[in-house]
Amino acid sequence: MADVKLVSLTKTFGDIIAVDDMDLEVRDGEFFVLLGPTGAGKTTTLRLIAGLEKPNRGEVYIDNIFVNDFNPAVRDVAFVFQYYTLYPNYTVRQNLEFPLRSNLRKLSTEEINKKVAEVTKVLHIEHLLDRETVNLSGGEMQRVAIGRAIVRTPKVFLMDEPLSNLDAKLREEMRAELTRLHFDLGSTFFYVTHDQIEAMTMGDRVAVLNEGKILQIGTPDEIYNLPKDVFVARFIGTPVINLFDAIIEKDTLIIGKRDMVCSIFEKQCSLLKNYNKKNLILGIRPEDIDVSREKQKDNSFKSTVYFKQSMGVEDILNLKINSIIFKAIASPKLQTKVGETFYANINLDRSHLFDTETNKRI
Amino acid sequence: MAEIVLRNIVKRFGSLIAVNDLSLDIADREFLVLLGPSGCGKTTTLRCISGLETPDEGKILIDEEDVTLKRASQRDIAFVFQLYALYPHLTAYGNIAFPLLTQRFDKKKIKEEVNKAAEILQIKHILNKKPKELSGGDMQRVALGRAIVRRPKAFLLDEPIGTLDAKFREEMRAELKKLHVDIGATTVYVTHDQVEAMSMGDRIVVMNLGVLQQVGTPYEIYTDPKNLFVANFIGSPGMNFVNCRPIRDSSGKLVLSLLPSIDTSISIPEEIQKIIVDKNEEKKDLILGVRPEDVMLSLKKEENYIKTKVFVIETTGSYNIIDIKLGNEIVRVRTLPTMMPKIGETVYIGIDMKRVSIFNKEDGNSIMNSK
Repeated sequence: MADVKLVSLTKTFGDIIAVDDMDLEVRDGEFFVLLGPTGAGKTTTLRLIAGLEKPNRGEVYIDNIFVNDFNPAVRDVAFVFQYYTLYPNYTVRQNLEFPLRSNLRKLSTEEINKKVAEVTKVLHIEHLLDRETVNLSGGEMQRVAIGRAIVRTPKVFLMDEPLSNLDAKLREEMRAELTRLHFDLGSTFFYVTHDQIEAMTMGDRVAVLNEGKILQIGTPDEIYNLPKDVFVARFIGTPVINLFDAIIEKDTLIIGKRDMVCSIFEKQCSLLKNYNKKNLILGIRPEDIDVSREKQKDNSFKSTVYFKQSMGVEDILNLKINSIIFKAIASPKLQTKVGETFYANINLDRSHLFDTETNKRI
Repeated sequence: MAEIVLRNIVKRFGSLIAVNDLSLDIADREFLVLLGPSGCGKTTTLRCISGLETPDEGKILIDEEDVTLKRASQRDIAFVFQLYALYPHLTAYGNIAFPLLTQRFDKKKIKEEVNKAAEILQIKHILNKKPKELSGGDMQRVALGRAIVRRPKAFLLDEPIGTLDAKFREEMRAELKKLHVDIGATTVYVTHDQVEAMSMGDRIVVMNLGVLQQVGTPYEIYTDPKNLFVANFIGSPGMNFVNCRPIRDSSGKLVLSLLPSIDTSISIPEEIQKIIVDKNEEKKDLILGVRPEDVMLSLKKEENYIKTKVFVIETTGSYNIIDIKLGNEIVRVRTLPTMMPKIGETVYIGIDMKRVSIFNKEDGNSIMNSK
């Protein structure tokens, strides 16, 4: 168990700045997720913490100890990779025992057996102990790989997209399992992924990374409901947030060629009090647009269903007003059809306003 | 524009039957998705339609013409494997024009066709740029342009967006669906991802081990799965399954006894009681299937609710998934984002019995009448 601290961490590969002056504190016992698209610098960050890469600048602390000069073995972190790196001709037991047999540890056979038994119980793989790893399914292999990390009781777990090679069903199950595992172990998890749903469902806190820079750190609730900029707003949440270019005119926001004219209220007025520009970006999540057959009181706009994505539990309606297309969530009970007319009711109190030039939250 | 008909298609590879007696009517302008796990026969089916494979038995008709023995090049359908592979040395224009160049169209005609495709995809302003100058989304649009510029009778797509980042996949799903609405060509799309199938398909064909399991609209397949395989494959988070058996309570009324580790019976609507009696399922082992959104969760005790504890809680922003333990089984509940019990906290769950599915445990088939 340990906290992790990164100070002004920078890593370049030739001209490319993979990690750009990063400051980060992961608390002891926290499930921390580093989220970003391919090439954001997530894996490099993880490798810097593990000691598999040397930073150009900056400091890495594990458990308040400055570890820049320590090699990976001494840092006492465990790495779980995207591709399960198990010894193929060894049994599950041998794979789990392997890290314990290291000369650094000097454990007795009894102690080793006890640890292996504990870990297999937590991960529900007792029945697999004597199987060779080549005969395991993908999910079983990833459990063993996680088991091999746990068995050492390291200070920190570093996980690099461990679920991305599993099929959708298994990924969903493993998400819940990892969340529960973290709860049971209480250790520090540092988890890297490009999949926002993994970050949202598992993380205590999430850092959104792009082009080597952290854009926002917060709880899933904070990054979803108070995104700091347009990138975070777009990256978090599915279906993706609607973003409209709007012109501010008196107490209204004008979208398109006056296709939508939204009246703004107290909350937005106070937000815009010190905002002197004429334009802004209005962000509104699809679930914050209510769809009805009858016109509602405020900000209710007539629109046609352009196309529809039926998800079973809900329908994603792609609605059209002249040349503006946006998404709204509707209940399947509404039985919407392509080409039909509905009213899109925009709940401005749930909207997000961004500066057109800086893309930052107003 | 094309109507595609498959009649009793069988395709074998040695002793393996990849596609087993498959019949399908794909309507003109339809977006049909072939969905199933690897090895279910979906790609083989697509390859038979394209002409890359010849079926061992059965017939394939395109616009009423028997094309079973025709070569791929004679069928006028576009097969797209990957959408994102562009030629790096060519401009967007060059990439889109490429299939037409190989077909020796004249320059003026090519320009016309490329412009039309660019118009639909709203990429006219980037036609002179090279792939490395383009954003990911624009690269995808160029790749799509290359596929649609030939204006084939039908599109056949084999997991075209499977290897992209999650976020990007979501965008591409909407983009592909929009494109289909705009150009209206018959599309057959193969995937193992139920989200792709649900969000794009007009109809979905669920396959397993070469055999068709169910054909229907996304809504039909979601709300009325014909068997356990389909029920399990569709939906995220997936459907909950609880072993049960219909028994008579003290007043002689039919109730469902939940098995084996839960000592609870739940009452069932008359409609379902009637089905159980009519189909002679009384006292048989059944499986109750409940979607996570059809489980109600309460922090207070309520009538007909079962007492349980929170095992895991997952937030997504727009909803939460709360895992609870019912006996030894995990049951997943979809709730509003404001519902935030703690791990280990006592909660009560109820089941919306009007929306459940019930399966015979032995053969896995749904006993429900079609909704």
